[in-house]
Amino acid sequence: MTLLETLVQPVAATGMFANAWWMIGAPLAVAAILLLAGRVADAWGHFLAVAAVVFSFAVAACLFAQLLGRAVDARIVESQLFTWFSVGAWTFDVGLQVDPLSILFALLITGVGSLIHIYSIGYMAHDPRRRRFFAYLNLFVAAMLTLVLANNYLILFVGWEGVGLASYLLISFWQEKHSAAAAGVKAFVMNRVGDFGMLLAIFSMLVMFGGSSFTAVNHGAANLPPLWATLIGLFLLLGACGKSAQVPLQAWLLDAMEGPTPVSALIHAATMVTAGVYLVVRSHVLFEQSAIAQTAVVLVGTVTLLAGAWIGTSQDDIKKVLAGSTMSQIGYMMLAAGIGPAGYAFAIFHLLTHGFFKANMFLGAGSVMHGMHDDVNMRNYGRLAQYMKYTYWTFFCGYIAIIGVPLTAGFFSKDHIIEAAFHHNLIIGLCALLGAGITAFYMTRLMFMTFWSEKRWEPGVHPHESPKVMTIPLVVLAVLSLVGGAAMNWWIQTWLEPAAGNHAHEVALFTPIGGVTIAVVAAGVALGWYVFGRNPIPKVAPASRNPFTLVGRNVLYGDLINDSVAVKPTYALGRAAVATDDAALDGAVDGLARGFGGLSVVVRKLQTGYARSYALTMTTGVLLAAVVLILSQLA
Amino acid sequence: MNPENMLMLAAILFAIGGMGVMLRRNALVAFMCVELMLNAANLALVAAALMHGRLDGQVASFFVMVVAAAEVVVGLAIIVTIYRTRRTTSVDDANLLNL
Repeated sequence: MTLLETLVQPVAATGMFANAWWMIGAPLAVAAILLLAGRVADAWGHFLAVAAVVFSFAVAACLFAQLLGRAVDARIVESQLFTWFSVGAWTFDVGLQVDPLSILFALLITGVGSLIHIYSIGYMAHDPRRRRFFAYLNLFVAAMLTLVLANNYLILFVGWEGVGLASYLLISFWQEKHSAAAAGVKAFVMNRVGDFGMLLAIFSMLVMFGGSSFTAVNHGAANLPPLWATLIGLFLLLGACGKSAQVPLQAWLLDAMEGPTPVSALIHAATMVTAGVYLVVRSHVLFEQSAIAQTAVVLVGTVTLLAGAWIGTSQDDIKKVLAGSTMSQIGYMMLAAGIGPAGYAFAIFHLLTHGFFKANMFLGAGSVMHGMHDDVNMRNYGRLAQYMKYTYWTFFCGYIAIIGVPLTAGFFSKDHIIEAAFHHNLIIGLCALLGAGITAFYMTRLMFMTFWSEKRWEPGVHPHESPKVMTIPLVVLAVLSLVGGAAMNWWIQTWLEPAAGNHAHEVALFTPIGGVTIAVVAAGVALGWYVFGRNPIPKVAPASRNPFTLVGRNVLYGDLINDSVAVKPTYALGRAAVATDDAALDGAVDGLARGFGGLSVVVRKLQTGYARSYALTMTTGVLLAAVVLILSQLA
Repeated sequence: MNPENMLMLAAILFAIGGMGVMLRRNALVAFMCVELMLNAANLALVAAALMHGRLDGQVASFFVMVVAAAEVVVGLAIIVTIYRTRRTTSVDDANLLNL
């Protein structure tokens, strides 16, 4: 285990690495084909889409294998594709960077993406616009790969906007539902706030470093004035907050569950919402220059991990519980990413395992909805473990993975983060520990309400297991949820060194803090059983005066806060602008017109129609002119 | 003959013509007054030519005559047409352009 002394320099791409753009090109081309081909492609479009993503996965796996075979200091491979445009002294190149960090993301995106594509064949089988759905999914995969494979922030931003677009299109995929259309717009607008931060960060980089490539930024960061390091860090954090649904820009994620469930699994759990974590880890050199920015990242992560868990405890919509859980888990990743060199690998580690078990559980939720006539209210579920065996057991694997039962994926990744948080700061560590307890509580609640306890089905609902095309991806993801952590625990920190910097490795399994964590998780599960397991669950949510429950049910009043902080002032500003426009600008123009109108009423009386009076006027005018001329000659 | 007297005569004729245009209602008379003004101008031009011993003024007066002739053609036609439709040649009655 060698520690690298300095940042690894990128090497030029050769061989297979020069073809890294195939990963992006294939899904992009298929998205275009599906959108342009029209109904012709209805019959086979989804197979083509699956093939494109599987192809990307194959390329990614191939590159991964090649990277494994390379020397440690040759593992950052850059391939310049073409010059996008050049203006004056600026030249903007399009290039891809395959390194240990981006290839892990590429594998996650295309791997989980492939499984979700396959699952969607079954899930969307009866949707009249299935072809378009697959086109958008492929568009998303292409954009997400652009985001993680870019070798500079500008191209990263192109992918960043591309995933935002795909997310918008897919959230509001069932556009005939007003709530879905509104949710899409909400996600898009709230992401704009984050994009604003991204743009400011990129502009600042262009000014301070003379370019936006990762190499230029990493080299220039050491000489960056502290003020600018803090500013750029905070701008990047704003961008990350928007994309990753972190407090204060968290409110869009729960509404985003209006989209089809595979979308929630792929975009709003496994990949897109983790782009903020990727951004922070990718920019770690910048964040290390500013303690303030790092502290801000830690704070945002800690607040979000508690806020998301809080939301998860009181929602009745199964997808919204999972969405709150996603926020919470991304909060853990942010926390880890903000801690510093010790946390980067843990952030990415948790991101990968979370990608497995959360995609697994979202797809499981989709399978449950599939069997329950698209009902999402857990109060209408119950006792499904008997009726949906595959769904239940795969979901159970996700459940034990997320709460961190020893030796499952979440156990490895989350405990490392909690451990690192305790080393960083006692209060942060306690918050992370508390979050783990709440996670166990709300996931137990979800399990009781959905799979255990008694039947509370609506009349006419006959739960049935989903087809094989949906259960096989579930099984694969369930296996990954169980073994993914153990597979990467001893490997990922060394692997990420070239991209994320070096630090002392932490691979210990059963530490005192780890023991406390397991105890807290067990307490959370027990509390979940005590509250929801002992007695039958009411079919209608009981009225509650408990402030914790009320705040949780209302999603922490996020909409209310946004309404009063942003929406109402914006409306007021808009109304003021309209009033000013009406009164001042339109008033001035209208007044001028009215003035001319009144003047013309007076002046047109001169037009009497009498030729003789015209003659008089003319003569008088000529005489006056003559007098003036003569007088001026005399003077 | 003293050219200054010719200029005085031209001024008097012009003034008479001008007053006629402004005061007389009959279109034919007003028209004749316009001709009077034109000829007063001609007289002034010729007098100036005499004073300076050059031909320019005389040539200009020919142009004025040509213009006057053309104007008579058009003007008389208009007056005749107005008379035919309205049975009057009073310029005060031809006031359709007022409000």
